[in-house]
Amino acid sequence: MANGTASKALTMRKDMWWVEPLITGVVLGAFGIYSTWRALSNQFYYTEPYLSPFYSPLLLLDWWPLSPAILILWAPLGFRATCYYYRKAYYRAYFFSPPGCAVKPVGKRGSYTGESSFPFILQNIHRFFLYASIVILLFLWIDSYEAFFFHDGMGVGVGTIVLTANAFLLTMYSFSCHSFRHLMGGNLDVFSKCPTRFRLWGAISVQNEVHMKWAWTSLVFVALTDLYVFLVANGTITDLRLI
Amino acid sequence: MSVAKLRVFRGDSQGGEEKEYEVPVDEGMVVLDALFYIQANYDGDLAIRWNCKAAKCGSCSTEINGKPRLACKTRMDSFEEGETVTVYPIKAFPVIKDLVTDVSWNYEVSKKIPPFTPAEDTEWIMYQEDVERGQEFRKCIECFMCQNVCHILRDHNRKDAFAGPRFMIKIAEREMHPLDVLDRREFAREEAGVGFCNITKCCTEVCPEDIHITDNGIIPLKERVVDKYYDPLSWLLRKIKGK
Ligand code: SF4
Ligand code: SF4
Ligand code: FES
Ligand code: FES
Repeated sequence: MANGTASKALTMRKDMWWVEPLITGVVLGAFGIYSTWRALSNQFYYTEPYLSPFYSPLLLLDWWPLSPAILILWAPLGFRATCYYYRKAYYRAYFFSPPGCAVKPVGKRGSYTGESSFPFILQNIHRFFLYASIVILLFLWIDSYEAFFFHDGMGVGVGTIVLTANAFLLTMYSFSCHSFRHLMGGNLDVFSKCPTRFRLWGAISVQNEVHMKWAWTSLVFVALTDLYVFLVANGTITDLRLI
Repeated sequence: MSVAKLRVFRGDSQGGEEKEYEVPVDEGMVVLDALFYIQANYDGDLAIRWNCKAAKCGSCSTEINGKPRLACKTRMDSFEEGETVTVYPIKAFPVIKDLVTDVSWNYEVSKKIPPFTPAEDTEWIMYQEDVERGQEFRKCIECFMCQNVCHILRDHNRKDAFAGPRFMIKIAEREMHPLDVLDRREFAREEAGVGFCNITKCCTEVCPEDIHITDNGIIPLKERVVDKYYDPLSWLLRKIKGK
């Protein structure tokens, strides 16, 4: 039974509840457009000793006619698309399901099934994207290691710092994941019998509380890392050698 | 002493309308005090359910300026000078009179949750680290504001399929209990409809006890359901271990 006039309005909230989904939608959209363009462009992704994270690991395949990024990006893309945090973000910003708390969602009353049926039931495979992303993460750390080796020997350039910071942020994002938290210890009922897993779960839980922060910083930074490599590779800027 | 304008819903299950009242604001006053003032000075028949006036009984849930809030925990000085404050009954449940709603559906749901089930030969020893997770959920004061704000119940009216966040944490608490031996994953999926939740976190946002309903209750429950129903690897592992 609906409650008086409250039921007719979109919401009775008076605050600016729409700002958050709007910003989320714009930033996610901008990232989507930028990363699609860069992934398909298939150029300016390597400049010694830096490799763009969108093209890591470096795949030079004769039989593949398109950009190698396509063979790589399904993993981090799937990981983010099924991430518990991003789900909240895009359900609110793009699906209006709901756009804000105590704001009417889009959809017919009575027909909602959420993540219990196709297509959103597929969100349940999040942990498999986690496994794939951990593999990619290993390559990003190798890239960051290789970014210390210039043609004239070891050194540190701005790019070295950028690549390393990127690998760090993506590591924090991946290891603060809810599925990871579950697999490392959350699935236990009796912690006292597994003290190591309990400690691990505790440490992950601390980062899990700020998973959203890692999600945004790593998202923005991975795009900036690619942009940096792109700009150096196409000659717009030169990499500053610090050491 | 300043004067506040309150627009309060007056009506019953057949409908109703807003009525405006002017209330002098004293220091430390909360919305519930303002409603008492209305009862004492204007309309003695204004209905509001309350008990403790200390944010502990969970009776005085209302929608203040469109947001689910405890009337006894919302201070009048949190509003702008001269701002008109709307007070409505919680929307997800049928109005009985004015601000009082019929929340009995929740008690029916509660009864369906399989009770705590220890093993027959249980050794009644529990360690702090084993019970800590459940203790967070035990802070619940059953104000049902999470149930009210959840779009699945509030707007989609899927009370037939979804138990709601308050009962997700109740299931999670028992499922994670160190001495409980019952597997509630099938119940969580089939009866309580955990898959309906799209983790948009409004329940967490409104909880007056600051229970991390989604991060610590619903998501871990979803992950446990994934173990059982959507993860062939953990299925294989269970087979090998003979569990
Ligand atoms: S997170 Fe889930 S249970 Fe909580 S309000 Fe959103 S849909 Fe409802
Ligand atoms: S979980 Fe929080 S919001 Fe929900 S009924 Fe309990 S105290 Fe209220
Ligand atoms: S990466 Fe966000 S929850 Fe797994
Ligand atoms: S009167 Fe008890 S919670 Fe408000």
